[in-house]
Amino acid sequence: MTAHTGIGAAVRRKEDFRFITGAGRYTDDINRPGQAHAYFLRSPHAFARIKKLDTAAAAKMPGVVAVLTGADVQADKVGGLICGWVLKGKSGEPHKAPPHPVIALDHVRHVGDQVAVVIADTLAQARDAAEAIVVEYEPLTPVIDLRRALEADAPQVHPEAPGNLCYDWEIGTPKSEVDATFAAAAHRVSLDLVNNRLVPNPMEPRAAVGEYDRGTDELVCYSTSQNPHVLRLILCAFILGIPEHKLRVIAPDVGGGFGSKIFCYAEETVCVWAARKLGRPVKWTSDRSEAFMTDAHGRDHITKAELAMDANGKFLAMRVDTIANMGAYLSTFATAVPTYLYGLLLAGQYTTPQVHCNVRAVFTNTTAVDAYRGAGRPEATYVVERLVEAAARHLKVDPAELRKRNFVPPDAFPYQTPVVVAYDSGNYANTLDEALKLADYAGFPARKAEAAARGKKRGIGFSAYIEACGLAPSAVVGSIGAGVGQWESAQIRFNATGSVFVNTGSHSHGQGHETTFAQIVSDRLGVPIDQVEVVHGDTNRVPMGMGTYGSRSLAVGGSAIMKACDKIIEKGKKIAAHLMEASVDDLEYEHGIYKVAGTDKSVPMAQVAFTAYVPFNYPPGLEPGLEESAFYDPSNFTYPSGVHIAEVEIDPDTGITTIANWTAVDDFGNVVNPMIVEGQVHGGIAQGVGQALLEGAVYDKDSGQLLTGSFMDYCMPRADDLPSFNVGMTHTPCPHNPLGVKGCGEAGAIASPAALMNAITDAIGTEIQMPATPEKVWRAIQANSSAQAA
Amino acid sequence: MYQFEFHRPKSLAEAAALLEANEDAKALSGGQTLLPTLKQRLASPSDVVDLSAVPELKGISVSGDTVTIGAFTRHVDVAKSAEVAKAIPALSQLAAHIGDPAVRNRGTIGGSVANNDPAADYPSAVLALNATIHTNKRTIAADDFFKGLFETALDAGELIVKFTFPVPKRAGYAKFPNPASRYAMVGVFVAETASGVRVAVTGAGPGVFRAKEIEAALAGSFSAASLDGVKVPSAGMNSDMHGSAEYRAHLVTVMAKRAVAAAG
Ligand SMILES: Cc1cc2nc3c(=O)[nH]c(=O)nc-3n(C[C@H](O)[C@H](O)[C@H](O)COP(=O)(O)OP(=O)(O)OC[C@H]3O[C@@H](n4cnc5c(N)ncnc54)[C@H](O)[C@@H]3O)c2cc1C
Repeated sequence: MTAHTGIGAAVRRKEDFRFITGAGRYTDDINRPGQAHAYFLRSPHAFARIKKLDTAAAAKMPGVVAVLTGADVQADKVGGLICGWVLKGKSGEPHKAPPHPVIALDHVRHVGDQVAVVIADTLAQARDAAEAIVVEYEPLTPVIDLRRALEADAPQVHPEAPGNLCYDWEIGTPKSEVDATFAAAAHRVSLDLVNNRLVPNPMEPRAAVGEYDRGTDELVCYSTSQNPHVLRLILCAFILGIPEHKLRVIAPDVGGGFGSKIFCYAEETVCVWAARKLGRPVKWTSDRSEAFMTDAHGRDHITKAELAMDANGKFLAMRVDTIANMGAYLSTFATAVPTYLYGLLLAGQYTTPQVHCNVRAVFTNTTAVDAYRGAGRPEATYVVERLVEAAARHLKVDPAELRKRNFVPPDAFPYQTPVVVAYDSGNYANTLDEALKLADYAGFPARKAEAAARGKKRGIGFSAYIEACGLAPSAVVGSIGAGVGQWESAQIRFNATGSVFVNTGSHSHGQGHETTFAQIVSDRLGVPIDQVEVVHGDTNRVPMGMGTYGSRSLAVGGSAIMKACDKIIEKGKKIAAHLMEASVDDLEYEHGIYKVAGTDKSVPMAQVAFTAYVPFNYPPGLEPGLEESAFYDPSNFTYPSGVHIAEVEIDPDTGITTIANWTAVDDFGNVVNPMIVEGQVHGGIAQGVGQALLEGAVYDKDSGQLLTGSFMDYCMPRADDLPSFNVGMTHTPCPHNPLGVKGCGEAGAIASPAALMNAITDAIGTEIQMPATPEKVWRAIQANSSAQAA
Repeated sequence: MYQFEFHRPKSLAEAAALLEANEDAKALSGGQTLLPTLKQRLASPSDVVDLSAVPELKGISVSGDTVTIGAFTRHVDVAKSAEVAKAIPALSQLAAHIGDPAVRNRGTIGGSVANNDPAADYPSAVLALNATIHTNKRTIAADDFFKGLFETALDAGELIVKFTFPVPKRAGYAKFPNPASRYAMVGVFVAETASGVRVAVTGAGPGVFRAKEIEAALAGSFSAASLDGVKVPSAGMNSDMHGSAEYRAHLVTVMAKRAVAAAG
């Protein structure tokens, strides 16, 4: 049995039955007795002073329980929302952290900012009452554009952040050394790049239910969270000032997060606070329009990127200057994303000896920006891989060949980059060769000629990405500003009848942990997979956890589970040795069976577990029970890598780009469930294709209105925008975790935008910015043909 | 949604009477436009008059040279009608590419034409095929019906009952969908009819319009080649984040060529 469901098997996802038959239980499915509904009145202005806020009429509307404002929040000594990563700028000063009120006080700073909340018996009543709130605004001129934000006469988003500057940060080789290398280099290429702002749009919008038990003084927060324990910590210790043991956070089934559900937002804070204040459960569910306006957005960089090379195309130095948008307020991890999760990856897969990166983060009157699938690493890969392809064009060298000349060779690991991190393992040329084969690179010229005969422009583009996953060694992240450790915890408990509970602090919101983690335990403890129950998403059932983001769940959470398994096996050995009247030292353990070496004596794990709870014949002095807890703190990040190759065909009459072929060869180290991994790759590519071709949050640059406020204007990728993918894998095991795994959740979104944009550039001969809409592509083709005609 | 009175009349007369009696009443057909508007509280009708049980508004029939389609006919029914596919294949293809299956399973031709969204597909077919709009009060020629951005010749409370389409010699439709909404960013319907070549463009302007330049070129020879080099002026065309007026004007010619090719 375990042979087919253990590590490496494409086991069907245990959770899918409930999801696809409508039996999943999401936060919005939860309704508590006596529950009231919250509706947030939101700012229609990007920037305004609140001159007057009168809730008296609203409070008298039918069904209204309370109308609460920023003043009520203040009166109850509820703190503001926090940014949990202290970023030190160039001169050592910490980032500017202006107040982030749960409900606006005197100013609103982006469209959708919370102005007041109405709590009523029904949602419709709350909405009706919200319309009766009288607000007088004094509209102020907003600042929307990143460059504009840094100009001397720009409107100021916060008095606490002069010049709208949150921080000015640098990393890598000293700038003067890099400048000197550039001055002397034989070849230089330079690109201006826009990494477009994205709206995460998980299928399930955010939601929360707060509940208070007057008898026990305990609070419960049901929330669409990717990391319930961290949410508990932030709500208790930083915002509400309640003891951690009095708040239970439950994140039940969660329908996708992509980073946007890592953070602690105003709405769940209000549900918990109001539930206690009013003595009634309070529920809020975001509608899609609110999700567009208030979920933390992703990306939003502008960058000048330069690469210096010697006469043979060897990379000598890279110089990167980025402005990153923070939005109007700092979200929970906003400061870390365009810095440590970005600058540290700028060496890519290459031996570039010098890298300098400068990042200025700015405030604008837009929705907060924070981690979104890949978080910093897609932006880094986009910079590196667009530059490398530009270099190949400049040098007239095949882009695959140029990469091979510069790859970190397989014998150079562990490899110290000039941007802090040391890569653990990899074989980049091998992965590229696999990808070239799978993509039939040799056949591309013939396919291009055939397309040209049909009047189409065909192009091919590469992206050889690296990421740092498995966040993260606690001491390392602590030294660079993190507010929390980044270990993971697991508990394994056998029941007397042989079934197993696995508690994990990771949180599954689409990743399939209930299957993957059960496979590990089934494999290691020899328990049939249907006897393994993975428990997650409840701070009262799982003692501790750090949640799921940064492709950390298997590498860190899975490793904690492995450690707990090892402890179980060790204890079981004592029981088994006693049962077989053998010495512990003579015992061997394999797939759920203890054997006395060199004999035919054996005892299965199930019998050991039973004995642990019915200890009639038991080792003297040993505690009954079979239950172990483990924490795992990684010694390094993991470094998944891979090569994606996009092949596109462009219709010059319309500018429409069609993806003809997509090849992805990824090195995720060892793989527990190849089917789930492939699914993660597919989803990641879809999101990356979305960024490169279709998506982009657009604000009116004068008014600050979100023009892409619904799916009518914000274009998510659909199945028919995508081809079937050729997915391959190589396996260089991670040397420093017990499973040898690296993480796969973000790779597709990290790799794909650069591959696609490189393919488009190859087809049309011009660099354009994402998203490559048909009009942009058409205009580039027009400009080229008129330049040629002239 | 705000509160409203809901009615489901059983006859055209009853529906008309309800709409006459209540100035702020709204007819509800497939609800694909009206319901989102209500949910977002962008409209607050006093009464909603559901047309789904009005028998006079239903059915498709072909007799001689005329295809008749009731106002309460869903897009999916037009798309799947063998009779429509035989008489005016371009019309069934148009219907088959409106929105997505969920929209086609509820949205209706009457609702779409009455709404006259500048990016809707059907208005281009109605105009190019020189259809007649039959209301509960009168008949209106297509050329007189569309009055620009969400405006039509319908009086308040007036109901579309059915459409009659003269069967053309040949016709074709080509649509450049808005990547996000998949409404038409530019849709061109070309038809060779008894009264000459008619070409209607949707999506590109503030309302559906006839493209005289294209019609003139096709009147000479109904072929894609005759549109080479034909330019449609961009003045007055829509310009938004999805496409500038100039790009849309360019697409009109491209889509017209493809529509002619599809017409065979
Ligand atoms: C996601 C989505 C995608 C869409 N994509 C497309 C697309 O690609 N192309 C396209 O053309 N359309 C598209 N639509 C619109 C859709 O096809 C419907 O045609 C349109 O919404 C109106 O038709 P309805 O039957 O839903 O009308 P309703 O929403 O019920 O009514 C619309 C308006 O017409 C009035 N009305 C309805 N029936 C009559 C009548 N018989 N007489 C007088 N007035 C009447 C109503 O009072 C209301 O004002 C899309 C809609 C959605 C939601």
